[in-house]
Amino acid sequence: MAIVLKADRVTKRFGGLVAVNSFSFEIKEGAIDSIIGPNGAGKTTLFNCITGFYTPDEGDINFLGHHLQGSTPDRVTHFGIARTYQNIRLFSNMTAIENILVGQHPHFKTFWIEAIVRTKRVQDEEAAALEEARRLLNYVGLKGLGDHLARNLPYGAQRRLEIARALASKPKLLLLDEPTAGMNPNESADLMHFIRNVRDELGIAVLMIEHDMRVVMGISENISVMDFGQKIAEGTPKEIQRNPQVIEAYLGRGAAAGFETQSAASAD
Amino acid sequence: MLKRYFENLSWVDIFLRVFQIAAIAVIIIGVYNTVVAAKYTSAQWGTLVFAGLAQGSVYALIALGYTLVYGIMLMINFAHGEVYMAGAFTAVFLAQYLSNIGFLDSNPFLGVVALIMLAATVSTLVAVLLERIAYRPLRGAPRLVPLITAIGASFALQYTFRGLYGAEFRAYPTVPALNPLVKVNVFGFEVPLVQLVVLGAAIVLMIVLWLFVERTKMGKAMRAVSEDKDTARLMGIDIDRVIVTTFAIGGALAGAAGVFNGLFRPQGVYFFMGFFPGLKAFTAAVLGGIGNLPGAMIGGLLLGVIESLFPNLILEGLGIPSANQLRDAFAFTMLVLILIFRPQGIFGEKLAETKA
Amino acid sequence: MKMNWRTIAQNGLLGGIVAFYLSAIGLAETFSGRYLIGTFLSTGQLFVTVGAIMAGILTARTLKEQENERTAYISSLLSGMVSSLPLIFLIFLIQILVVPQINQEVVFRWRDMFINFSPTLVNLMTFGQGLAIGIPLLILASVILAGIGSALVLLPDRWRVSLLNAFIWTLGMGLFSENVTQILNQFGAKFIIRFLFQARSLNPLAAALIFVGAFAVAYFRVHISAQNRWAGMSPSQQKRGRTIGLGAGILLLLVLPWMVGQFLSQALFLVGLYVMMGLGLNIVVGYAGLLDLGYVAFFALGAYTMGIFTSTGPLGIGNLNFWTTLPIAVLIGLMAGVILGFPVLRMRGDYLAIVTLGFGEIIRIVATSDWLAPFEGGPQGILHIPNASFFGNLMEKPQEMYYLVVAGSLLIAFVTIRLKDSRLGRQWMAMREDEDVAEAMGINLVQTKLLAFSVGAGFSALAGAIFAARVGNIFPHSFNLIVSLNALALIIVGGMGSIPGVIVGSLILVGMPELLREFSEYRLLMYGILLIIMMLFKPEGFLPEETRKRELRGGAEASTEEDLATVEA
Repeated sequence: MAIVLKADRVTKRFGGLVAVNSFSFEIKEGAIDSIIGPNGAGKTTLFNCITGFYTPDEGDINFLGHHLQGSTPDRVTHFGIARTYQNIRLFSNMTAIENILVGQHPHFKTFWIEAIVRTKRVQDEEAAALEEARRLLNYVGLKGLGDHLARNLPYGAQRRLEIARALASKPKLLLLDEPTAGMNPNESADLMHFIRNVRDELGIAVLMIEHDMRVVMGISENISVMDFGQKIAEGTPKEIQRNPQVIEAYLGRGAAAGFETQSAASAD
Repeated sequence: MLKRYFENLSWVDIFLRVFQIAAIAVIIIGVYNTVVAAKYTSAQWGTLVFAGLAQGSVYALIALGYTLVYGIMLMINFAHGEVYMAGAFTAVFLAQYLSNIGFLDSNPFLGVVALIMLAATVSTLVAVLLERIAYRPLRGAPRLVPLITAIGASFALQYTFRGLYGAEFRAYPTVPALNPLVKVNVFGFEVPLVQLVVLGAAIVLMIVLWLFVERTKMGKAMRAVSEDKDTARLMGIDIDRVIVTTFAIGGALAGAAGVFNGLFRPQGVYFFMGFFPGLKAFTAAVLGGIGNLPGAMIGGLLLGVIESLFPNLILEGLGIPSANQLRDAFAFTMLVLILIFRPQGIFGEKLAETKA
Repeated sequence: MKMNWRTIAQNGLLGGIVAFYLSAIGLAETFSGRYLIGTFLSTGQLFVTVGAIMAGILTARTLKEQENERTAYISSLLSGMVSSLPLIFLIFLIQILVVPQINQEVVFRWRDMFINFSPTLVNLMTFGQGLAIGIPLLILASVILAGIGSALVLLPDRWRVSLLNAFIWTLGMGLFSENVTQILNQFGAKFIIRFLFQARSLNPLAAALIFVGAFAVAYFRVHISAQNRWAGMSPSQQKRGRTIGLGAGILLLLVLPWMVGQFLSQALFLVGLYVMMGLGLNIVVGYAGLLDLGYVAFFALGAYTMGIFTSTGPLGIGNLNFWTTLPIAVLIGLMAGVILGFPVLRMRGDYLAIVTLGFGEIIRIVATSDWLAPFEGGPQGILHIPNASFFGNLMEKPQEMYYLVVAGSLLIAFVTIRLKDSRLGRQWMAMREDEDVAEAMGINLVQTKLLAFSVGAGFSALAGAIFAARVGNIFPHSFNLIVSLNALALIIVGGMGSIPGVIVGSLILVGMPELLREFSEYRLLMYGILLIIMMLFKPEGFLPEETRKRELRGGAEASTEEDLATVEA
C-alpha cells in the first residue's frame, strides 16, 4: 500500500513548552487513522503543523512527495490536504453554498480580469462549480439549505457543511478535528458511516482527532496515541485498548493496573 | 537550519528584508555624512537633545493614556489627542489671567499647579464623557465601529472647542521664573530650566502612576481587567468602574501634558492642536510596546529625542533640503516602520495569534 | 395621576443641555440673522428651540406605551419646561459674568474665553423682550414646542405623518432656499422665485401654502391611493410602468446638470467624484476587510499624474492630452496600490488603519515640502492643467464634467458588481470573514490583499485624474486626511458593501454640505456628530448590503422549521 503522509520526528516548541515532541507516523493510502490522547496532548498542534499553520522546529512531513514543513497553508491545500476545525470555523456571514464555493478555490482556473468581462469560460466554470457545490450539499445531507447563512444553520448542519467545504477541494487526505464533538450517539454513528463512505467512494485517506472511543475504535484502522506531545503507543484498536500506557495516560496508574488484571482474567 | 530558513522564505519576506536593509542603510549614510560635515557643535546637539526630552515628556504623558486604554479595551482611542487639547486650551485662559494679575510672577509654582489642576479636570471630564457616550454602548461591536466613532468624536470635539473658544491661536504667557533664558548647567550643557522642570514633572507623574497601578487595589483591578476581562468580572471586579477610572487617569495625564506643552513652546494653542501630538504619542506608545506603561514613557522620551535630532542628523546628511518641514513626516515614517518591522515595540510581547 | 418624574427630568435636561451646547458653540448666534420664514423665524432660533422639541419627543416616545395619552402629553409639556432650565442658567451665566464686563477694563474677560456668551445671545433666547418678560416667554415657548414635539409622536398616525410632512417641506424650503432659487433660475421662473422667497427666506404666505399643501398631500394619502392603483394594475402593465420609470430616471440623470445650474452641477460633480472613490474604497474595506485610512494618497497620485503629463506650465512634461493620460493615471494607481500594499500585508485591524493613515500623511507632507518641488511644484502645486476635450469640444463647464464622473461611476460600479460575484469576490469575503481559514482554503492571501489594494487604488487614481482636469490647478494641501475620512465615512453611513449605499452616503456627506454652504464652518462638527450617531444607532448604514446588516446587528434569524425538515437525519 502506498504511503500518502509520512511525518518524521516532528517537533514544535512554543518558548519553553514542547507541544509536539519528535512525533513520527505514517498514513497509508485510503486509510482511516486516528490520533487520540488526553486534552492538551498536542494533537491540534500536530494538525496545524501538517496544514502549514505552524512551521515545525524540527522534523520532516512528506505528503505525496511534497515537503509540508515551511509551506504556507494555501500551498498545503493545493497539494491535496483539507481539514475541519475543533470549534467550527465556517464563514458565518456567507451562505452555505458560498462556503462550499470557496472550498473549491484550488480548482478554479479563470482569472479575475476574465470575471469582469464574464467570458464564456468564466460562465461555464461558475455554472459547473455551482452544480458541484449543490451536489456536495446533497451528499452531506443538507439539500435545499444552500441559501441559508452559515451562522443560522443548526449545529449538526454546520458540522456537515464544514465537511462538505473540506471535500470541495477534492483532497487526497482529510483531516477531521473532533468531528463528533457535541453529537449524540445516533449522529456519531451516522458520521462513522459517512466517513467510511467518503473513503470507499472517493478514495480519500482520513486522519481524525477524536475523543469518542466508540467512533475511534469503530472505524479506525490505525491509532496513534499522543501524550505530552509524544507518541506513547500505536496500533490497531484492539492493541490500543489493551495497552497499559494508554490506559495510564487517560485514567491514571491505578486504572492501568486494574485493567491489566481484568484483561488477564478475561483472557483465560 | 539555514536550509529550512530559505525554504520558508516568500516574496513578501524578501521584499520586507530589502526594505529594512535599505532603511537602515539610509539612516547610517545620513548620520555618517552629518557627523563628517560637522556642521553643528556639540552644544547645539545638546540643545536639540534636551528640547527633545522635554517634548518627549509631553508625548509620554499622552502616550500613557493611549496605552492604558489599549491595555484594558484593546482599542485605540483616536480622540485622545482631543482630550489633550481640551485641557491645554482651557488652561490657557487661566494662565493669561494669572499672568495679568502677576500671580505667575510671585507664585510660579502655585500658578503652574493651578493650571495643571484645571487642565487635568477638564481633560478628565472630556475623557469620561467620551467613554460614557461614545464608547460604552459599543463595547461588543466589531472593531471598525468604535474606530469610526472615535474619528467622529475627534472631529466633534475639535469643532466644539472651536465653537466655544474661537478659532484663534492663543499663546501661553511665559512664566517669568521659567522663561527660556533661565538656564541650568547639566553635564556641561546650558539647558533651559523650563525643559528640566517639564521632564522632572513628567517623571514624577509617571512614578505616581506606576505606584498606583502596582500598589493600590484599583490599580490591581486595572491590571486584572487588562489580562482577562471576563475572569476579572467573575472575581467581582466592577468592569465599568475600572474602565472609567482608566479613561479618567489617561485624561488627567493628558491635561497635565497640555500645560507642560504650553510652558515651553511658544506656539499657541488652538482647536486643532491635538491631532499631530495625538498621533505622535500613539507612535510613542507603540514604540514602547502598546499596553506597557514604562514602555509608553520611554517611547515618548525616545520619540521626542529622535524627532528633535534625526531630521538634522539624517536628512541633512542625505542632502535633503528643508529638513525641518519634513519633521512631521519623519515621525510618521517612524510609526510606519515600527508597525511593519516590530509591532510589539521595545518592551511588548508578541500578541499570540489564535490558530485553529 | 402618577407621573414618571424621572423620565420627565431626564429627557428635559437632555434637551436643555443640547440647546445649551448649540448656543454655547455659536450655532444659535451665527445663524440668528439667517431667516427661514419671513423675518420672524431664524435658523438660530431653531437651534435654540431644538432642545425643547427633543425633550417633548423623547418623553412622548418613552411614555407612549406606558401611560394614557393625557399623561403623556402633560409629561411632555413638563419636560419642555425642564428643558428651558439649562438655557435660563446660560442666560444668568452671561448676565453675571459677561455683561458687567462690557466697556470695563478687566484683567480677565469672560467673553474672550467663551466667545459666544454675549448679550446678543441673551436677546435671542429672550425673544428680544428683556429678562423680565423674556424668561417667562422662553419657558412658555419651551412648553409649547415640547407640545408640538409630543404631538409628532402621539397623534394618530395620519395626523402625525401629515404634520411631519408639512414641517419638513416648509422648513426644508426655507433651508434650501438658495438651491431652489438656482434651479428655478435655470427655468427662468423668476416670478415664482419672487413669490416664494425674499432674500433667502421663505415668504410667510408661501410658507403657509406649502405647509397646508404638504399636510394635505399626506393627509389625503395621495401616495397611498397611487400605490393602490399600482397594485391594481396587471403585471404586464406594471412591467411597462417600470420600464418607463427607468427610462425617465435615466433621462433625469442625463438632463440634471442643465436643470440645476452651474453651482449645483459643481456640487454634483463632487458627489460623483466621491461616489467613484467610495466604490473603490468599498472594495478595500467592504469586501476585503482591509481598513485603509490613507486612500487620498492614490487620489493624489492620479491628480498629479494628470497634472504632470498634461500641464502647459513649466512642470508639465510630455504635453499629452486628457484621454491618453487617463489610463496612465489608472496604471500608476494600480502599481501604487501594490507598492503601498506590500508592507502592510501582515497587519490587521487597527494597526493597518494607522499605518495607511501614516502613508497618506507622509505623502502629503513630502509633496508639500520643498524637497520634490522641482518635479511637482511643492506647496505651489501644479497649475495650468487643461480641461479635457471631447471630440474637439473643450469641457469647461461643470455640467460637462458631470457626465465624465457619471460614466466613471458606472464603469467602476460595473467592475465592482462583476467582481463581487466572482471567485475573486468570494476570496475577498472569505478573507474578511476569517483570514486564517481562507488561507487554508487555498487562497493566496498576498495576492488577494494586493489585488484589493490595487483595484481600489486604481479607481481612486481615476477619480483624481478627472479632478485635476476639472480644477485646472492642484495643490498638495487639498489632498489631506479629511478626503480619506470622507470616503470612509460615506461608505459606512451609506451602507458598507452596497453600491446604492455609496451613492446615498455621498449625497448626504458630500452633497448636503455643498448645498448648505452657509454651514461650512460647522460642517466637520456635524460630520463628527453624525458619525457618532450613526455608529450608535445604525452601524450598518442606511442601505446596507444584506450580509453586513446581519453581521453588524448580530441578528438571530433561525432557519425555519420547514427548511430543516428536509435535512436528512
